[in-house]
Amino acid sequence: MYQYDQYDQAMVDARVAEFRDQAQRRLEGKLSEDQFKPLRLMNGLYLQLHAYMLRVAIPYGTLNSTQMHALADIADKYDRGYGHFTTRQNIQYNWIKLEDAGDILADLAKVEMHAIQTSGNCIRNISSDHFAGAAQDELVDPRPYAELLRQWSSFHPEFMYLPRKFKIAVIASGTDRAAMKLHDIGIQIVKNDAGEIGASFFVGGGMGRTPMIAPNIRDFVPLDQLITYAEACLRVYNRYGRRDNKYKARIKILVHELGAEEYTRQVEEEFAHLLEQGIEPPLAELERIKTYFTDPAFEDGPKTVDRSDPDFALWVDRNTHRHKHDSYVSAVISLKPVGGIPGDATAEQMHLMADLAKEYSFDEMRVMHTQNVVLPHVKIADLHALWAKLDAADLGTPNLDQIGDIIACPGLDYCSLANARSIPLAQKISERFAANGKQDKLGELKLKISGCINACGHHHAGHIGILGVDKKGVENYQLSLGGSEAEDTALGKITGRGFDEAGVIDAVDTVTDVYLQHKQGEERFLDTYNRIGMAPFKEALYD
Amino acid sequence: MKILTGNDLKSGAVVWWDGSDWSLHIEDAVDVGDNAESIMAREESARRVNVPYALAATLTDGVPRPDHIKDRIRALGPTVRPDLTLKPADPEVGNWVI
Repeated sequence: MYQYDQYDQAMVDARVAEFRDQAQRRLEGKLSEDQFKPLRLMNGLYLQLHAYMLRVAIPYGTLNSTQMHALADIADKYDRGYGHFTTRQNIQYNWIKLEDAGDILADLAKVEMHAIQTSGNCIRNISSDHFAGAAQDELVDPRPYAELLRQWSSFHPEFMYLPRKFKIAVIASGTDRAAMKLHDIGIQIVKNDAGEIGASFFVGGGMGRTPMIAPNIRDFVPLDQLITYAEACLRVYNRYGRRDNKYKARIKILVHELGAEEYTRQVEEEFAHLLEQGIEPPLAELERIKTYFTDPAFEDGPKTVDRSDPDFALWVDRNTHRHKHDSYVSAVISLKPVGGIPGDATAEQMHLMADLAKEYSFDEMRVMHTQNVVLPHVKIADLHALWAKLDAADLGTPNLDQIGDIIACPGLDYCSLANARSIPLAQKISERFAANGKQDKLGELKLKISGCINACGHHHAGHIGILGVDKKGVENYQLSLGGSEAEDTALGKITGRGFDEAGVIDAVDTVTDVYLQHKQGEERFLDTYNRIGMAPFKEALYD
Repeated sequence: MKILTGNDLKSGAVVWWDGSDWSLHIEDAVDVGDNAESIMAREESARRVNVPYALAATLTDGVPRPDHIKDRIRALGPTVRPDLTLKPADPEVGNWVI
């Protein structure tokens, strides 16, 4: 994986010193909150419901055991013994003290990590496929391209004060595991008819209060023009994106209001201008970055497992993913135990994951946007030993992409923006479907819960989505069906009037009953919904 | 009644105006009546507390209970982690929030 060079380290160290000074001036009363707020947000420090919250970037979700150990140590030393893995492959700490912030950033810098650009109206952490570099179906490893974009976007002087935050995802597979089309820019690394590698650009996607699927504005950008094209996309947005209304400031609104055709025309015009400026880094830089992402030394070994233990066999079936080397798999560590808090991991669990990565996965881990953690390169021969250790630590729940593998934002339990709680719903739904045995009948069913319209829980993209709203001071939940954030990206449709907490859990049960009644063959929930439409579900819910 | 809350500058902890200082415990919160704006202005300029605001509460069993669930969760802690609330040993504490 990528290692900082002297410039990366110097920039991060300088930022630590700068923020330490800013925080100290705030503590001494020399800065007001209005003055300090934009400074702390640039360093990932929010003020949430109960305390300061620090969001730490995990570039494209990749980290090693040294970094995971450091994250665990921060949880123990400065927080309350746990962290929360987010829906953009980051980690958040919920109980940070301002007086500790400088020390935490310094500890992060020692392991080549930071919290820069995890908030504010700038280009955020670049996200990617959590199976990058391991997946059997990828064209190339997308992470070198994500790293190049990370370097371009870090401290980019022109894009530190965009109209609104800006999120980029990069994939290199026809299977979208990064919700690519629901980002401000989604980039798919592709091969053209001439066999050349390039980038397909999707611009103007997003969730939030106005969900949009990004249209494809250019199906092939040569690799030696990748950064220039991204710069052109951002320049048009920075110039014309609205700054008068934060709810209409995301690029999706600009693309929608201009129309994709006109936005593309302007981007192409800017692109032509920029090509003359020679801003593109030399391809040698990309090649240099690629040297950090070479395959580890895979060895041939057994290609099957002993399935005599049914619990182990179930975990293998559900929580492992096909690897490009047939003696290996990618193993998903579930952070969704039955009744647990999606994405939360204790410091002890983080230390264990780090140790297991070191022992079984060439010292690599990936954070999934679905709030789990991947060991990308596990020998099939080692799977049983790995599973036994995960299971003993409550990290072996066999529920990847099942109804119990719920994405949930922190919701009203932690977030100052939330209108309703998300986590208790996730806990109760996972408990109900585990207890009644129904999860096993449902197959792939992605349920996503957001506690407000900002949609951090990706409810628009859930096969079943739940949105918490405030109804005259009481929590209420809207149900939506038919969303997807995969290659068949779709936005869910609201079923009708909302429910209280107990009611929405029953409603999910009802919806799954309808699916099981109408399911044909191997149809997933989403397939059945797309075939029969909303009507049978509405009828069961409201008639 | 109208009470005042904010987040402590150093720790970020939720605090409540007790009439002369900021307390971690909502039991200490006092009715500020029409003085909310002046207290908030004074305290914010003293740079001891972040983003103070006034909210409506109802005295219930002798304790101010915020009218909105968000403020009740602020007062107690996350409902999903009773061990991290201000009353980790009270099995009934969740009922106060909901």
